[in-house]
Amino acid sequence: MRNYEITFLIDPVLSKEDIASIPDTYTDLLKKAGCNIVHADNMGLKQLAYPINKRTTAVYHCVEFQTADSAIIDKMELSMRRDERIMRFLTVKLDKFGVKYNEDKRAGKIPRKRVEKEAEPAPERKSAPTQASSNPKKEEE
Amino acid sequence: MASRDDIKFLNNPNIGQQRKKYCRFKKYGIKYIDYKDPEFLLQFINEQGKLLPRRITGNSLKYQRKVAQAVKRARHLAILPYVADLLK
Repeated sequence: MRNYEITFLIDPVLSKEDIASIPDTYTDLLKKAGCNIVHADNMGLKQLAYPINKRTTAVYHCVEFQTADSAIIDKMELSMRRDERIMRFLTVKLDKFGVKYNEDKRAGKIPRKRVEKEAEPAPERKSAPTQASSNPKKEEE
Repeated sequence: MASRDDIKFLNNPNIGQQRKKYCRFKKYGIKYIDYKDPEFLLQFINEQGKLLPRRITGNSLKYQRKVAQAVKRARHLAILPYVADLLK
């Protein structure tokens, strides 16, 4: 059983129904192939760091799923490549730390704000808050 | 003979000693670096968007590589830029 995470960017100029239906079509594709979807996250409309296809914003979606059959990844990627409404995608295989991190993030254990903290109670979870680890600013330059 | 407190050096012997650099991932037990998190990754790039070297960030080799991989993924997804100006 492998955990994967696929993040994809949808063209923002499409109609609302279109934008909402695209992640559904892909989750259905996954479900039909027998994966179980751990989490489907709509990260919403975001500003891009650089223009893609002349667009400056995009709707981000992230789907985390589990599957025993890795051939579905190829099929999914192929259909995403063919789909003109999807601008970019990235499939990542999650290792156990990644899975743990995502679970903790969903459970709210990882604080969003940067907190000046000393040692984290690491024993209870492997991936301690990434934000909380900030120390007196390291020399950036 | 002056006491130790009174001795003033022309060249401070403590000069050149800096804060001990350490790998924050090892110290805080962080095992996974999320590529979707730009605020966290900004710590490891300079204001032109380039990755900072390990001798500056203090990361261990293992985590520096993970950071680099996360930054490159973020760049692919346009979460971070490839080239920038006054990023921070």
